[in-house]
Amino acid sequence: MEPSMLQMPAIPEIIQLIPLKNYLILSTALFVIGIIGVLTRRNAIVIFMSIELMLNAANLLLIAFSSYKSDPAGQVFVFFIMAVAAAEVAVGLAIIVMIYRNTRTTDVGFLNKLKW
Amino acid sequence: MYPIILLSVLGIVVLFLGFMKSKNILLPATLLFLALALGSNFIDWNQGPLLYFYGMFSVTNLTLAFNAIVLISAFLIVAMTRGFQDDEEAQPAEYYGIMLFSLVGAIMIIGYEHLIIFFVGIEILSVAMYILTGSDKRNLRSNEASLKYFLMGAFATGIMLFGIALLYGATGAFSLTGIRGFVSTAAGAQSYILYAGLLLLLIGMLFKVSAAPFHFWTPDVYDGAPSIFTTFMSTIVKTAGFAAIFRLLSHSFAGIYDFWYITLAVITVLTLFVGNVVAVYQDSFKRMMAYSSISHAGYLLIALTALTAQTERSILFYSMAYSVATISAFGVLMLIAKEKSLDGRPNESYDAFNGLAKQNPLLAFVLTVSMLSLAGIPLTAGFWGKFFVFSSAADRGLIWMLVVAVLMSAVGIYYYFRVVIASYMKEGNTGKIRVAPFYQIVLVAATVITILFGLAPGFFEQLL
Repeated sequence: MEPSMLQMPAIPEIIQLIPLKNYLILSTALFVIGIIGVLTRRNAIVIFMSIELMLNAANLLLIAFSSYKSDPAGQVFVFFIMAVAAAEVAVGLAIIVMIYRNTRTTDVGFLNKLKW
Repeated sequence: MYPIILLSVLGIVVLFLGFMKSKNILLPATLLFLALALGSNFIDWNQGPLLYFYGMFSVTNLTLAFNAIVLISAFLIVAMTRGFQDDEEAQPAEYYGIMLFSLVGAIMIIGYEHLIIFFVGIEILSVAMYILTGSDKRNLRSNEASLKYFLMGAFATGIMLFGIALLYGATGAFSLTGIRGFVSTAAGAQSYILYAGLLLLLIGMLFKVSAAPFHFWTPDVYDGAPSIFTTFMSTIVKTAGFAAIFRLLSHSFAGIYDFWYITLAVITVLTLFVGNVVAVYQDSFKRMMAYSSISHAGYLLIALTALTAQTERSILFYSMAYSVATISAFGVLMLIAKEKSLDGRPNESYDAFNGLAKQNPLLAFVLTVSMLSLAGIPLTAGFWGKFFVFSSAADRGLIWMLVVAVLMSAVGIYYYFRVVIASYMKEGNTGKIRVAPFYQIVLVAATVITILFGLAPGFFEQLL
């Protein structure tokens, strides 16, 4: 059976008072904040946090769409994103620790060995 | 489907083999496992289009052929590792295990039918690559490359996920057929959320295959990573990535071709231009190969932009020709860089190749054939790759793009021939380099494949 064929109860009316558009605007705002953070910050950990913000903006959007469509597929996708993001965090922090051991800093400005 | 299961299990087996006292078993075991995966890949051959995992993964002869290219490339690359015996710090079991796992990701994105499979596959592939890039732990260049790759890759993942979320909002489906069903309706053609989602998803994917203007991480990462893993990245990730983008565009978004083709055409021309022109100014052969991989992404994008009935075959042939030539080029580079190392660091500049041909005619010949193939000179596989790609663009009437592409491949001849000239014409004191027999077989096999498909490209069509 297609996963999306499972039915989900419709969301309560009180929540439907908030239009779906608002969720779209909120998560787009979060996403843009994340992008700006990645592009402007110099500390690897802060850049990393901004990336997590982007992922969570996508999660929020998926859940909002999923609820308003009464379709569980979107929520299942969020679980996958959370699991994969956790794996990515593990690898990412390991890389940052490795760099910290060698350079005693996490400032990306110090990473300038490779240039064209 | 079988290689996915087999490689996941065998990857764990390789990790356990690492506990054994003798490390010598790892290389033959990994090669055996890859051969097994390649064999199991063909169980589904000629069974017609099949769907697995509740319709989330599809198998056709063409996806099997892509799998075969990826697996054969991996086989050749693993055969060139020589068990990582030269490096005291190396952890061969982990490296081989991660390589096998990353192939699982590659095969998943070659045949996905559902965006969950696509997302999980691309993450398996990328996370494995972040680790392999940083595997040279004490080397600052490797550290830097892996952090850059990780940050840029995770950033691209974020963009891609937001695109998928928007697509889901517009279409209500994650499956490619569901999305196509919506795109073909009148509402689909008008939906701005759909357009925004498609653009973000494409940007994320183009990041992973390093198309300009999303290429800026590529030279640094390819340069800083250990050469063997650079080879892995530039062949397998690229082949699988293009198969994935093709799948998305042809299966779901062929209905709104007029919308995305302009974006993709601009990106294609930019990629061709940046890749080829900046490659001219490089002093390091390895960095030149990084830019060359960007320019080849550009040629593959031409085929995608054209999107004719022949596109999948031309992408298949092109990535085969490109992978084989890249593997043999990096194979020669690794030998020479080690032989000529300066202050304990491998020397990857053009000068290291000076006078190579005198004492090592075989290496010089292998290098020349691979450079000819990458430059697209007739009688090599690379020529036919370019020919198929260009003819599909001509079918679509993209003449202006063809003009750019031909001009840019003329630029390519300059920087590819530089290393050939260095090895035949320039004076240098390269002694006889001892090549392990296994290594020699890989180099010769890659060269033979390049020439064979260059002489008889029709042979390839018959194989399908």
